[in-house]
Amino acid sequence: MRREDLSAIAAAFAIGVLFGLGLTISQMVSPEKILNFLDLAGNWDPSLLFVMVAAVAVTFIGYRWVLARPTPLLGDRFQVPTRTDLDARLIAGAALFGLGWGVAGYCPGPAVTALSLGDAKTFAFVAAMLAGMLAYNAFDRVMSSLTSAAPPAKA
Amino acid sequence: MENFTPLTALAGGALIGLAATLLLWTGGRIAGISGILGGLLPPFARDWGWRLAFLLGLASAPPLWGIVAGSPIAASIPPPLTLMIVGGFLVGFGTRLGSGCTSGHGVCGVSRLSPRSAVATVTFMLVGFVTVFVVRHLLGF
Repeated sequence: MRREDLSAIAAAFAIGVLFGLGLTISQMVSPEKILNFLDLAGNWDPSLLFVMVAAVAVTFIGYRWVLARPTPLLGDRFQVPTRTDLDARLIAGAALFGLGWGVAGYCPGPAVTALSLGDAKTFAFVAAMLAGMLAYNAFDRVMSSLTSAAPPAKA
Repeated sequence: MENFTPLTALAGGALIGLAATLLLWTGGRIAGISGILGGLLPPFARDWGWRLAFLLGLASAPPLWGIVAGSPIAASIPPPLTLMIVGGFLVGFGTRLGSGCTSGHGVCGVSRLSPRSAVATVTFMLVGFVTVFVVRHLLGF
């Protein structure tokens, strides 16, 4: 393994901690907080909206600064999605995700972050989420073999 | 809105944005948690090292913050176990089918002004609102 790769791995750990601190401080590790945001007809808590707006504002500025550079610090190229088309998979996938999010109150980031809190419900959610991802991979293989076309590009 | 916490929400969001910026700057990667996690499942991504490191970093954050804050972090999880399992499966399948989740589409994609991410974000938000209305107010969970 190249020294650059090891540096990138160390950086990814530190950046993961930073991302996780953001989720922890804003209490996004609590499904109750997420569900109270999604509950427009109840005791609505707009906190999640504030998290998103602040995150997007910083990322919007940060990405412009970063993407003005030729290459990343520890890699060969920026791996940014290039697709702009809207397809059925995107919409159906987002809808299924929204359904699961509304049912459980977790999305992937907060769920992985909350694993260290040791709640059995979080373990169950993450295990089921991994099963769902594996089921998607199987579904994708079946669909690809049926259409016998190249597998669709990820965005 | 008695539970509204605007300041910690803005501070946490800013940290998330900073982390997303740093991940692109250092490794050239989008901070999409479902995509990062998906690469650790078969067929395994060749670059699994940084993916695992990032996720370990995520999970390290609550105990670290608990030490700094002087009190342990607690998560409140109201849905019953069955709903956590059903929801988890849907989140796993849906985020892979739709190529992203709240972080990849909602934060990183929207920040890049990606039309796909904007449509995905509006879709999962709207479905989330409707789902919670049905689950909490019609089914009474």
